[in-house]
Amino acid sequence: MSLKTYLAIGGLIAAVSAGTAGAQTLVYCSEGSPEGFDPALYTSGTTFDASSQSIYNRLVEFETGTTKVIPGLAESWDVSEDGLEYTFHLRSGVKFHSSDSFTPTRDFNADDVIFSFERQRLEDNPFHMASGGTWEYFQGMSMPDLISSIEKVDDMTVKFVLTRPEAPFVANMAMDFASILSAEYADQLEADGAMEMLNQAPIGTGPFTFVAYQKDAVIRYAKNADYWKEGLPKVDNLVFAITPDASVRYQKLSAGECHVMPYPNPADVTAMQDDDNINVLEQEGLNVGYLAYNTTIAPYDNPKVRKALNMAIDKQAIIDVVFQGSGQIAKNPIPPTMWSYNDAVEDDAYDPEAAKAMLEEEGVTDLDMKIWAMPVQRPYNPNARRMAELMQEDFSKVGVNVEIVSYEWGEYLSRSRALDRDGAILMGWTGDNGDPDNFLAVLLGCDGVENSNRAQWCYQPFEDLIQEAKVTTDTDKRTELYEQAQVVFKEQAPWATIAHSVVYMPVRPEVEGFKVHPLGSHIFTEVSLAE
Amino acid sequence: MLRYFLGRLLTFVPTFLGVTLISFAFIRVLPGDPIIVMAGERGLTEERYQELSRQFGFDQPLLVQFWDYFTGVLQGDLGQSYVTKKPVFDEFFTLFPATLELSLCAIVLAMLLGLPAGVVAAVYRGKFFDRALMSTALVGYSMPIFWWALLLIIVFSGNLGWTPVSGRIDLLYYFDDVTGFMLIDSLLSGQSGAFLSAVRHLILPTIVLATIPLAVIARQTRSAMLEVLSEDYIRTARAKGLSPSRINGLHALRNAMIPVITVIGLSVGTLLAGAILTETIFSWPGIGKWMVDSIFRRDYPVVQGGLLMIALMVMIVNLTVDLLYSLINPKIRHR
Repeated sequence: MSLKTYLAIGGLIAAVSAGTAGAQTLVYCSEGSPEGFDPALYTSGTTFDASSQSIYNRLVEFETGTTKVIPGLAESWDVSEDGLEYTFHLRSGVKFHSSDSFTPTRDFNADDVIFSFERQRLEDNPFHMASGGTWEYFQGMSMPDLISSIEKVDDMTVKFVLTRPEAPFVANMAMDFASILSAEYADQLEADGAMEMLNQAPIGTGPFTFVAYQKDAVIRYAKNADYWKEGLPKVDNLVFAITPDASVRYQKLSAGECHVMPYPNPADVTAMQDDDNINVLEQEGLNVGYLAYNTTIAPYDNPKVRKALNMAIDKQAIIDVVFQGSGQIAKNPIPPTMWSYNDAVEDDAYDPEAAKAMLEEEGVTDLDMKIWAMPVQRPYNPNARRMAELMQEDFSKVGVNVEIVSYEWGEYLSRSRALDRDGAILMGWTGDNGDPDNFLAVLLGCDGVENSNRAQWCYQPFEDLIQEAKVTTDTDKRTELYEQAQVVFKEQAPWATIAHSVVYMPVRPEVEGFKVHPLGSHIFTEVSLAE
Repeated sequence: MLRYFLGRLLTFVPTFLGVTLISFAFIRVLPGDPIIVMAGERGLTEERYQELSRQFGFDQPLLVQFWDYFTGVLQGDLGQSYVTKKPVFDEFFTLFPATLELSLCAIVLAMLLGLPAGVVAAVYRGKFFDRALMSTALVGYSMPIFWWALLLIIVFSGNLGWTPVSGRIDLLYYFDDVTGFMLIDSLLSGQSGAFLSAVRHLILPTIVLATIPLAVIARQTRSAMLEVLSEDYIRTARAKGLSPSRINGLHALRNAMIPVITVIGLSVGTLLAGAILTETIFSWPGIGKWMVDSIFRRDYPVVQGGLLMIALMVMIVNLTVDLLYSLINPKIRHR
């Protein structure tokens, strides 16, 4: 162990033994182990909390607690007239972390930006295959097709040239996979033949430096004393105490063994709210849970039938039973916290009588229908089986017999993509970048058919609106287009929109400055502990 | 004795081969494709799917995949986790000491309490003590572990504050792994209070994990003792006027030990496979949770490598049990 590590540990011991006087240690009871520490390789929030949000920065970042994009390692950026060139002006004087094995000799510059993306983009980059080459988010956000080149204009200026205009590009640059790594560190690892350490012993520019990780037990971080944001982070040490069971996290929080815990059991929330030793913060999640009809097969190819079925679902009962109150009824495919949410859209009222009449009008009687229920728990759907049972009951009132089917998760994902899939499927989505395109194009666009568009819905008037919005850089204009798209969506009803979940975050009363982030990240940069 | 040992060792070879094949086949028989699971709700294009298939080697015939795996295993290479990209072998040995430490503590506790309880119950057969003990054992055996663990945490950690809620040691202490056994490493670290903290963290998980083996050992000891106590030679010993403690302790117990050791061996085997619930609840970084997570993620190398390593450990335990038999009962080694 180096002197630095000893100092970090010394600080930690001092902090804990001295209570809140002197060095402050914030303990976060995290829900699981990170898969690794290179955020570009993974897609789970658990990994992002432990890597991108603590250790790294990005060119642009989401303001904590909102989906607003603010400058990060880039102080500013310009977009060319044709929307094809994005030029980022980099921040000077930003220092990378030091560790036992690495001491940076220079500040952050354009080479680091280029390395961070080229390793994901170019197959001949030595780091492209070093960790298996599974750049899931880079691929998933269509970056390989979108980016035509990345150019170093000068040491502090980088230009991304795109193959087509893409308005959400800046928001994409704030996503976890776009974290900036040190090119100098990578060069050293390559020379030492230890390329896998990029994923195991991370070096970034972020608020905390990585100290140690014991799998399934604990991750330790120390404050980055050279952090480029003045006065941040506020605590001296950050510890993730990995605690997979939600009831145990609750006990640890009560006992004062940690300060913040994510993902409480919905059933515990009321008791926590009544507990003087716990403050429960809450925010609407950036997600949507829905039932997607297969719009390519009869009778679900008829919008009126879909609309009638939507009217048969008692959503309030679902919120009460499945979400135990920790959700709100969804009427649009995007959540209310997202810009361009169209609040003027009217939801289909719960009316089994009218629904039944409508179905009969369309000649649909004695319909046998399958509802697919996911085998996994998600924020947008804590219990799909229960939800499907409630719908079964609702649909039986309008003369529709429902058979509930379920598969192992991998099978479920794969079979539900089939164009001839029978019936309707429970599914959902959690936003990646706060851009409506990330919901509407991915889940309802024609490109998503037989993939992430589970309704297999390709409707030209809707498609035209979202395609136009994608290439328009003016946000007011885009807002207008997405608002219209939501109206079209509601008329055509490819889904029954069910719920947006509410995220609860129990914290100790001494925790100050913690904000629940709509994108699901847990960020501790601005958090402090009261005396 | 050496011959007996070598003979037992030889049976390792076919067992090892069988386990390698089964662990390889097991995860592939399960439905669910690791690439699809990895992509999640987002999904992926057909081209990308093919590309990843190639990278993971799934485009090769199964026989080729097995051969690659098998030759790797023979060279001590269990492959790399698809998820963490770390060698399976390293991951196993990072986590296994935690499982082993907890298992050993649990089995020692189960024996310390279970053996005397069983003997006493047999000696006072039908009396109040026997009935009370055996009903308690039945309750212990049938207890849902998850509920039992949470109950202990809520009472002893939450209400009374006597024990920590979860983890292996207080976050205050931090030192590098030397042996991976927290009790030993905390002593080696020289930090005052570290050892005591490790012990305090062990108490609840040990009790929870020991509950079922304790009940099984107590019941097994009781029934084996009862059988032996009705044998002719015990009656002879009594007739000779030997003291009851000498009869029960020496003559009876030693002969009753064979089935008891079998049960203990089996319990240890089960414990080494990782106590999934206990590890999850107490945030204990062992191999149980590691295996379960890997099965859900269809992380083939971890599942097959982990199964193989666990099987190897169980085989070693079984071999030890066989050797213990022959120590206790000379007839076995001379057979």
